[in-house]
Amino acid sequence: MTTARTPVASATAGPPDGRIDADSAPFWAALRQERVELQRCTACARLRFPPMGRCPWCAGASYVREEVDARGTIYSWIVVHRAFGSEFAADVPYVVATVDLDAGPRIALRLERPEGVDFGSRVRPDFHHHDDWTELRMVLDE
Amino acid sequence: MSEVAVVGVGYTRFSRESARPVLDLAAEAAVAACDDAGLPVHEVDGIASHMIGHDSENAQAVATALALPGLRCVLDLNQAGQAPCNLLAHAAASISAGLANHVLIFRALNGRSGPKVGSARFPGRGGQFRYPIGYDSYLMYIAMWARRYLHETGQDERDLAAVAIAHREYAVRNERAIRRTPLDLDGYFSSSYVAEPFRVADCTPEVDGACALLVTSMERARDLCHPPVRIAAAAYRTGPRPGLDIGDHVLTDDYTRNFTDLIRDDLFGRAGVTPADVDVACLYDCFTGPVLMSLEGLGLCDRGGAGELVRSGRLPINPHGGLLGEGYLHGMNTLAEAVLQIQGRGGDRQAAKHEVAVVTSGGLMDGSAAVLTN
Ligand SMILES: [Zn+2]
Repeated sequence: MTTARTPVASATAGPPDGRIDADSAPFWAALRQERVELQRCTACARLRFPPMGRCPWCAGASYVREEVDARGTIYSWIVVHRAFGSEFAADVPYVVATVDLDAGPRIALRLERPEGVDFGSRVRPDFHHHDDWTELRMVLDE
Repeated sequence: MSEVAVVGVGYTRFSRESARPVLDLAAEAAVAACDDAGLPVHEVDGIASHMIGHDSENAQAVATALALPGLRCVLDLNQAGQAPCNLLAHAAASISAGLANHVLIFRALNGRSGPKVGSARFPGRGGQFRYPIGYDSYLMYIAMWARRYLHETGQDERDLAAVAIAHREYAVRNERAIRRTPLDLDGYFSSSYVAEPFRVADCTPEVDGACALLVTSMERARDLCHPPVRIAAAAYRTGPRPGLDIGDHVLTDDYTRNFTDLIRDDLFGRAGVTPADVDVACLYDCFTGPVLMSLEGLGLCDRGGAGELVRSGRLPINPHGGLLGEGYLHGMNTLAEAVLQIQGRGGDRQAAKHEVAVVTSGGLMDGSAAVLTN
């Protein structure tokens, strides 16, 4: 489940995007430690993604953060053949999938070793460590 | 609500490099729309437009460039292809409510030579989960929906091909189009993948240009140059959890039905027509997939029957060749085409029957639509 590099622990580790805020920073920090941590609404008990300050089902403002078993199922996917950002030029072709986590929420992420991907394929986390942040990728579950 | 009409359309040339500032393009299209209608520019007292990030100019700037004596109604939306029919709805409501007499709506951008539309990064919190991982273009999100949609409706890439080919046949007849080389099935399948299932032939080319429409009261419209086009209904719609930005679709459950499914009954109900009455469909086609999904969503065909409807040629769909033919002007040009079709000014591509047109703006979880009649 890990790549060769050892992650550096940090409380605010996230991609250099400029949009990370108090609601999303814990998600990125948990990924750095190879954990998937989502918010659970204390009013309606739903887990949610993306992280945000209020529940998009009931508008409840209180939540707890919870580590989830991030296995899931492929809902759809694309194969990117032409990179838009130059930083991805060396990666093409690569697969981006929408995965329905067993825990509930849907998330879009990169698939590693995607050969044979299909609707309903089972996937599990494959944490991908960049220099300063960690990306949640997945691989097909054998 | 009193009756409101579209009375004029204006375009700049569509090109790959305008070599002009966006404000200049916007002003040219606005003046052209007024000239088309025969309304003096200085009578315009409302302007409404949209942009992604900062790829266009505010209504305020256009009022300045047009030397207008004043404005009573202004709207600058931060929306992309969802905007044109939404702007039309607001223009109509503003006129109807007495906020303005004559409203220009426009879209202007240097989408090819300036900041490229295809790599536009939308403002909002959702981007931090997409852009850093290479999920960084709107076409990827549309492609993600399209694959699931084709799967669930029993269609496949041949149905995407049908859309690309039909649009190209129209574009060949449209002098304004920038992509006019004939396309057949072999040509489609030899077109390379951009983001599978989409190939180059499924994707709208980026373009520099502007398009504007002039909206006014039906009463005033009757004195102007062309037959008034009645706005029978115009509306915006999204369902719950539309996401944190234009590209944030992970809170949407069903990628096989877009906003047209939600807007259909309200739209046709208020227009007093049914899908069976539609003579011309001008549907948002940033990429081929949304055309199929919107045909179904509007009730113009049965579930899974969209590709077949396109192949049959029974219904004129995007007689201008769509954005696929004219370029990525976010559908203001598609709304303008519906106006020209209703007025019978479609030239070589004019639909034989043209009393009722339906127009959509947007492809995924949110968007707007209109019904125009003669
Ligand atoms: Zn809740």
